[in-house]
Amino acid sequence: MIDPALPPHMRPDRSFQGLILALHAFWADKGCVVLQPYDMEVGAGTFHPATTLRALGPKHWKAAYVQPSRRPKDGRYGENPNRLQHYYQYQVILKPSPADLQDLYLASLEAIGIDLKLHDVRFVEDDWESPTLGAWGLGWECWCDGMEVSQFTYFQQVAGIECAPVSGELTYGLERLAMYVQGVENVYDLNFNGREGDEKVTYGDVFLQAEKEYSRHNFEHADTAMLLEQFRMAESAAAKYLEAGWSDDKSRHLMAQPAYDQCIKASHVFNLLDARGVISVTERQSYILRVRELAKACGAAWLATEAGGTPAA
Amino acid sequence: MPDLMLELFCEEIPARMQAGAAESLRKLVTDALVERGLLYEGAKAFVTPRRLALAVHGLPASQPDTHEERKGPRVGAPQAAIDGFLKASGLTSIDQAKIESDPKKGEFYVAHLHRHGRPTPEVIAEIVPAIIRSFPWPKSMRWGSGSLRWVRPLQSIVCTFGPETEEPEVVPFEVDGIRSGDTTRGHRFLSSGSIKVRRLDDWMTKLEAAFVVVDRERRKDIILADAKDLALAHGLELVEDPGLLDEISGLVEWPVVLIGSFDESFLDVPDEVIRATIRINQKCFVLRDPATGRLANRFILVSNLAAKDGGDAIVAGNGRVIRARLSDAKFFWETDKRTNATVSLEERLAKFKNVTFHEKLGSQFERIQRIARLARELAPVVGADPDFAEQAALYAKSDLRTEVVGEFPEVQGLMGKYYARLEGLPEEIALAAEEHYKPQGPTDRVPVAPVSVAVALADKLDTLVGFWAIDEKPTGSKDPYALRRAALGVIRIILESNSRVLLWPAFVVLGRRIMGQMLRAEYSQSQLTTKFLELTGDINPEGMISKLQKYATEAALLMEGEDHFAVPVQEWEKKRANDLLAFFADRLKVHLREQGARHDLVDAVFALPSQDDLLLVVKRVEALGRFLRTEDGRNLLAGTKRAANILRIEEKKDGVSYAGGVDITLLVEAEERTLADAIAKAGPLIGTALKAEDFEGAMGVMASLRAPVDAFFEKVTVNAEDKALRANRLALLADIRAITRQVADFDRIEG
Repeated sequence: MIDPALPPHMRPDRSFQGLILALHAFWADKGCVVLQPYDMEVGAGTFHPATTLRALGPKHWKAAYVQPSRRPKDGRYGENPNRLQHYYQYQVILKPSPADLQDLYLASLEAIGIDLKLHDVRFVEDDWESPTLGAWGLGWECWCDGMEVSQFTYFQQVAGIECAPVSGELTYGLERLAMYVQGVENVYDLNFNGREGDEKVTYGDVFLQAEKEYSRHNFEHADTAMLLEQFRMAESAAAKYLEAGWSDDKSRHLMAQPAYDQCIKASHVFNLLDARGVISVTERQSYILRVRELAKACGAAWLATEAGGTPAA
Repeated sequence: MPDLMLELFCEEIPARMQAGAAESLRKLVTDALVERGLLYEGAKAFVTPRRLALAVHGLPASQPDTHEERKGPRVGAPQAAIDGFLKASGLTSIDQAKIESDPKKGEFYVAHLHRHGRPTPEVIAEIVPAIIRSFPWPKSMRWGSGSLRWVRPLQSIVCTFGPETEEPEVVPFEVDGIRSGDTTRGHRFLSSGSIKVRRLDDWMTKLEAAFVVVDRERRKDIILADAKDLALAHGLELVEDPGLLDEISGLVEWPVVLIGSFDESFLDVPDEVIRATIRINQKCFVLRDPATGRLANRFILVSNLAAKDGGDAIVAGNGRVIRARLSDAKFFWETDKRTNATVSLEERLAKFKNVTFHEKLGSQFERIQRIARLARELAPVVGADPDFAEQAALYAKSDLRTEVVGEFPEVQGLMGKYYARLEGLPEEIALAAEEHYKPQGPTDRVPVAPVSVAVALADKLDTLVGFWAIDEKPTGSKDPYALRRAALGVIRIILESNSRVLLWPAFVVLGRRIMGQMLRAEYSQSQLTTKFLELTGDINPEGMISKLQKYATEAALLMEGEDHFAVPVQEWEKKRANDLLAFFADRLKVHLREQGARHDLVDAVFALPSQDDLLLVVKRVEALGRFLRTEDGRNLLAGTKRAANILRIEEKKDGVSYAGGVDITLLVEAEERTLADAIAKAGPLIGTALKAEDFEGAMGVMASLRAPVDAFFEKVTVNAEDKALRANRLALLADIRAITRQVADFDRIEG
């Protein structure tokens, strides 16, 4: 049920930002810390340290946030009504996964206006894997009337490390969901601010120009020499910070997060290089492995921090 | 007799795992019961997306009592032996054992162990948790803070036991914090609260009232019947799809069949692409217009909800997704048409240079070129135009880089056909694009058009010879490159098109080309390194590496060249070709056995030298089969076997071979003269018949040997006193063996 007290322009089925606010209100009410997006370029909400790193170690954790996500290869110069190189994911992580996680998820759909007596919501097998993060989990893609609106995953492994306890991760594709509840066929037609007439701002008003510019950049002009160099630099910086962060007796780590930032950086640079088509099939595999090695080392370092479960000395 | 009811309720089980899980549960529980002496009358498993259940009917209330006598040490044995006996038999004192005596051993202890059978619920409470903990899911997971593994989080367990007429009891146990009970839940959206269940009938009725059809087969029946009805009501026909039906029945507990539509303009896209889009991405059925035979702009979806608006919102939502998907498909189709119209085939094929077919076997480009060359060479043998065969082979693989095939790999070949027609290519070429992948399995249609046959054979032979060259053969159940299917395909195509393909030389020539390309690839990779090594001088003072590379290049050229046997066939090549031929013989045996032929006859023919013309092999097997069904045939087989047996024994005893040396002056009995005459006459006749591939004729001549062979064994003593006579008669037996071997190795024939 949509909160009946909301004015029309704030309703999640009328406004893109209203949808985000409704999800924030829902998950804040369930005890999540509502975070802001991570301030780096990432390919998915999972990369946010609030998911990747916090999924590791014994400490309980509940968080919700929006994460702008970049997939350079998915750019279509603003011409495809469904594909974007920059889009929003709404990410929820609950550790340990509660027994009623599916019910919570369904209640969140109701909160944004999806009537479960009217719409066919289905949990369809979809196993999730991120080779670059050395992570995998089992779960579903959640269908609403045949459209995939969310990913639902029980993390089994992150950064090559077994998750115990297991985190439940929900990822909502915000644009898709908004298109569905607003009844819009083209992402650029989404009502962003919920206003009508002169005051109305659409998704296209906000992002269409960026989609055109970044598609051009990602496919045609991104400076590959610079990117190759950046990859190398990020990789070596991560190794340096990891090395410097270990205590003398190797029992504690004091710099896992700055090292992980460089791992994120390397991953995004790799995505850009991939979009530019300068990475061959065999090289591709080796780049992925290199990022995974960084992610694994960062995960191991995180476990040796206080937040990762190693008590302060 | 009491019944067991077990239900494991969990979050959504992947559709593809459900049927297997139900069967595993049934087998594991019933096996464990029987193993513990609990026999049952019947068992049935059920599965829905959220529950796995088992009802076992007619179990005893407890295990039968057992009695066991266990012999112990003799009376007065050392204390250690006594203690060991007490421990092993579970007695607390030696006084509990009886003393028995035996005239040989004297007095010794015997433990009489009576065991009361345990109540069945106790046994169940032991069995079920163990089965849950080690259940064979293809993939399982942990959740929350627990350590239990299940396919998705396990939420509750129903486990009751009791006779039909009474209130059953809950079989109490706990698995990782989940306690067994007698309550379950109904449909996720159409029902609420928990439901108390007693036993199977009650469980089924209550769940049905709570919008859950527990029987998978019934859900399938409902879906299929409703889908057909709905299609009929719209004047259309359902395009049936058993695989999809299976999957959908695992996605819903309460199937509600609905119909939706899409814009007619999408019907410009080929039917198969529409179907693939709708089926794979949306798991919906498509419909056919019986008037035109083409797809209609409708689809059937199966929802899991009896919605309060009758399903309007669900249909509208699915329709929107399908529209978006079809827009994509149409875009791919239009893009491909535009590309094909503006980019030449040569340029399109050049793109395959960057596509690896197999790490060791080089690029897809090289492979396509090889297939085209072989298709051209095979063309005259199968009655195809060589130019067409070559062009068709080049075209046949070109659709692999198109947008549509990139998105829907299962329409490969088919798209090639459509694109070829659009480009105005000859119909033979268009057909070959689709048909060269055939047959896909033992029941799939075999191509008959000569151009299709040439390309299909070339494609499959290239695959087989290639993987044999890098020693990637199928082992046991592992056949990742579907080589058995490829070989069976070659066999069926050859037999059904009556083609005379000599496989052995084809294996050798194709093997050389593949090796040549591999050599060249190795060479180009090593070129840079060796240049450097040479410059440094000290490792390679005389330019040896350069010379080796020169030879390697020449060898590669020779192997890929036109003059196929300028270099004699090497031992390793013979070995490899023989091995591949043996693989074909095995496949042929399986194939002929399925057609009702005797596998020993296939063995008997393959035992002869150079049997690589499958068509002749089969003709010979057939003629042999017919011959052995006649009285002459049966008797001649018996006579030949008798001759071979005697020879085997005598040759072993004497340490010599009697083959090839009958002295006519030593033929004293009339019967042995007659036989020698008959063999001498038959030999050339059989040879002539075989040369003319007249197997019936050859068998007819063989039949004429039956009477003399029979008479010989009846009247003549082989092991005569006279050594010279004996040797001569043994030589005559060797002649029988030799002459029958012109037709088949009779030793390998059973009977």
